[in-house]
Amino acid sequence: MQVQVSINGEKHQADVEPRLLLVHLIRDVLRLTGTHIGCDTTHCGACTVLLDGRAVKSCTMFAVQARGKEIMTVEGLEKDGKLHPLQEGFMAEHGLQCGYCTPGMLMTSYAFLGKHKAPSDDDIRRAISGNLCRCTGYVNIVKAVQHAAAKMRNGGA
Amino acid sequence: MALRTSPEVGGMGHSIKRKEDPRFIRGKGTYVDDVELPGMLYLDIVRSPHAHAKIKTIDIAKAMAVPGVLAVITGQDLAKYNLHWMPTLMSDTQMVLPVEKVMYQAQEVAGVLATSRYAAADGMAAVEVEYEPLPVVVDPKKALLPGAPVLRTDKKDKKDNHIWHWEWGDKAATDRTFAEAGVTVKQDIYIPRIHVSSIETCGCVAHFDKVNDKLTVWMTTQAPHAIRTVFALVAGHVGLAEHKIRIISPDIGGGFGGKVPVYPGYVIAVAASVLTGKPVKWIEDRMENLQADSFARDYHITAELAAKKDGTLTGLRIKTLADHGYTDAAANPSKFPAGLFHVCTGSYDLKAAHVEVDGVYTNKPPGGIAYRCSFRVTEAVHTIERMVDLMAHQLGMDAAEFRMKNFVKPEQFPYRSALGWEYDSGNYGAALQKAMDRVGYAELKREQAEKRKRGELMGIGISSFTEIVGAGPSKHFDILGLKMFDSCEIRIHPTGKAIARFGTKSQGQGHETTYAQILAEELGIPAKDIQVEEGDTDTAPYGLGTYASRSTPVAGAAAAMAARKIQDKARKIAAHLLEAAPEDLVWEPGKFSVKGAPDTFKTIQDIAFAAYTNHPQGMEAGLEAVSYYDPPNLTYPFGSYIAVVDIDKGTGEVKIRRFVAVDDCGNIINPMIVEGQIHGGLTMGLAPALYEEITYDEIGNIQGGSFIDYLVPTAVETPNWETDKTCTPSPHHPLGAKGVGESATVGAPVAIANAVVDALWHLGVRHVDIPITPPKIWRLLRDKGVNE
Repeated sequence: MQVQVSINGEKHQADVEPRLLLVHLIRDVLRLTGTHIGCDTTHCGACTVLLDGRAVKSCTMFAVQARGKEIMTVEGLEKDGKLHPLQEGFMAEHGLQCGYCTPGMLMTSYAFLGKHKAPSDDDIRRAISGNLCRCTGYVNIVKAVQHAAAKMRNGGA
Repeated sequence: MALRTSPEVGGMGHSIKRKEDPRFIRGKGTYVDDVELPGMLYLDIVRSPHAHAKIKTIDIAKAMAVPGVLAVITGQDLAKYNLHWMPTLMSDTQMVLPVEKVMYQAQEVAGVLATSRYAAADGMAAVEVEYEPLPVVVDPKKALLPGAPVLRTDKKDKKDNHIWHWEWGDKAATDRTFAEAGVTVKQDIYIPRIHVSSIETCGCVAHFDKVNDKLTVWMTTQAPHAIRTVFALVAGHVGLAEHKIRIISPDIGGGFGGKVPVYPGYVIAVAASVLTGKPVKWIEDRMENLQADSFARDYHITAELAAKKDGTLTGLRIKTLADHGYTDAAANPSKFPAGLFHVCTGSYDLKAAHVEVDGVYTNKPPGGIAYRCSFRVTEAVHTIERMVDLMAHQLGMDAAEFRMKNFVKPEQFPYRSALGWEYDSGNYGAALQKAMDRVGYAELKREQAEKRKRGELMGIGISSFTEIVGAGPSKHFDILGLKMFDSCEIRIHPTGKAIARFGTKSQGQGHETTYAQILAEELGIPAKDIQVEEGDTDTAPYGLGTYASRSTPVAGAAAAMAARKIQDKARKIAAHLLEAAPEDLVWEPGKFSVKGAPDTFKTIQDIAFAAYTNHPQGMEAGLEAVSYYDPPNLTYPFGSYIAVVDIDKGTGEVKIRRFVAVDDCGNIINPMIVEGQIHGGLTMGLAPALYEEITYDEIGNIQGGSFIDYLVPTAVETPNWETDKTCTPSPHHPLGAKGVGESATVGAPVAIANAVVDALWHLGVRHVDIPITPPKIWRLLRDKGVNE
């Protein structure tokens, strides 16, 4: 089946099996390997991308369901050589270790901060509770998201 | 520890930002599933639905008819090359693919090779296997009963399911402490089977280049060099020689011990690539990862502790059944079958101790890996800290005061424990006092007393653990004979920049940053000017890998030693440049100056340039060094943790209100990274304390085989960890460092368990096995008549 999607502002077309998962379209067909796979039951969130601005788990959607939609992956966060405040926050606050869950964490947080300008720590914890991290214990991820929120409130992005 | 370098140089003690982060926050890491080669094939694996069954037939006809499927590999195919069995790291044997019977649910039965991921999965589903179920042995106690079905029928003369018996310590002296004791306590403790569940599962891309006879394997391994040697030893007879094997461990999405073993999937992928001459990718899914990869723990412990009437501890006696599944495939680098379990006297000055462990076969997946700890140390710490708490409560003494009374005292170090370990350094009382001050211990005790009057359930739990890491001294530690040294090779380029390569492999610990900081400390070359590489066996010096918190204790020490060799040569070059005698030069990080004339100096960059352009007559050009470091002893990080819990009487839910962690890992390289390691370790301590467990029903069906029912904590369950530190350097490590990645995993679960028992003690509760789930507590409260 033909599927057309826009990823990070770029139009792509591919001929895919109807059952191809969106995450496999992104990773294996379009070779954007920043989006990861960590489970098979929609729990870990390593595959999180934005679909028309909403955070979705791309392992639990068919590629054809994304037809005509606007997708954003971790590779789309940096604009014109400038890191997104979330990327800066994760580095500044040591919000990542092995880096495997990080793209999903970043995309979930991106969608969340789009709607919540001044979240509490508990708000952030609830927002990222669909994304598992085995390395950081989440403390510094919460700090990283706060770091970005503060920067964005001050016009950082 | 005082800072010796500027923030720009970024030596030890600076929280410099991580060098690996720029690629990870852009999604530009390279994990194994990101590796794609032209013409690559995909491997999927048929797995057994039975825990114990004879394989009658494997029919591949329908699978071969699936478009894209090229081959189905069975045990019979591998048997032609004698590759259907492989040795385990504990010198037991493990099936790659079975020819006769399967021994656990989810065991590998056949491999399907296809041109795409999806075709391989279709082919996997189409393979038809006929099984004849056999009696299943799940319970290790029943496995040892006379008449239990003997599982390892492949072993000639094996008449039972007993693997080994091991004991350590002075039994007679220990028995005497019990005979003379004023008070004793005894407790059964089960440390359940759990799984590390790194967010990246395991996998590989194997590529056998038939023209050059060279096998390259990108794989999720914590120990690439050891894997290369194991492959050469196991497959030498089919033509794989060690110089023609290259293992590349790319970016690793968490390891925690689960990426030490050689799993059958890797071997099948390698065999498939050698047979087809094409690259073969195998990536397991989460359910395969949870159901078939190595488990951790599964220790059935009975412990007894003896004390005098005044509360002076005297003796410890432990008997344990170790459930190893169908083979002993433990990733245990020590010569002791139960790993470092005999560090179980913990932080306490005991007169005598005796430990017995029996390994048992059952119809479960093999393994026995550490879950982010040195081998069997969490089991040891859980036992001693539970028992000490039990004794303190039994004597009616405050749990903190009781620990203070019985700690090994600072002046006793180096301290030889009753079971023979030589603890390098410690100040246990200082760490506990700091944790008590930080948490407000006295005030919490008052609050607890008031709440108890009102019928509210609040508990305060302490864990004052001693870790044992940095395997290890070659006299006690090896993997299949390979001694547990580790390595660093440094080359300083003419312009004063450097590349350093190591035998370890980071899985998130931040080695690219911390190793650069060690070299910055020792050489004064800015950390940003030092490129660190690991994980490619064609380029890195031989080393045993990263696990057991050994990277800083062993490879970090190698970095310091290699840097000091470079410093020695640099001194001679500087003397030549400054026309001074080498002994008249004074070193500070980054330069040699003439004694008494601090303005007359040469920087390390000047010296590096001269090493290639103006080196003294008779000296070899260049500035490089390599060190293989065999540690003289292990290191013994320690800490004291205090958990404060509230228990909901209605639901049985344990809520962690506060958790204060005071850690001592000796001198610190990067405080930011150390704190991050402790946060992560604490969360992997919380996980088994309250959530994670893999169990089996009576016919060996796994329960907890997916993330639906294997509960990895999310940000919501995880408390806001409060961390602090003391600093007691290791006297034998060249940097005074000890290692930190696993302390918190070891120390945290029992602080929570002790807090829960403390909350319920007045109801007559003496022990609760982890994971402490709401149903478990709810039932306990119901039995005690607290709720309806």
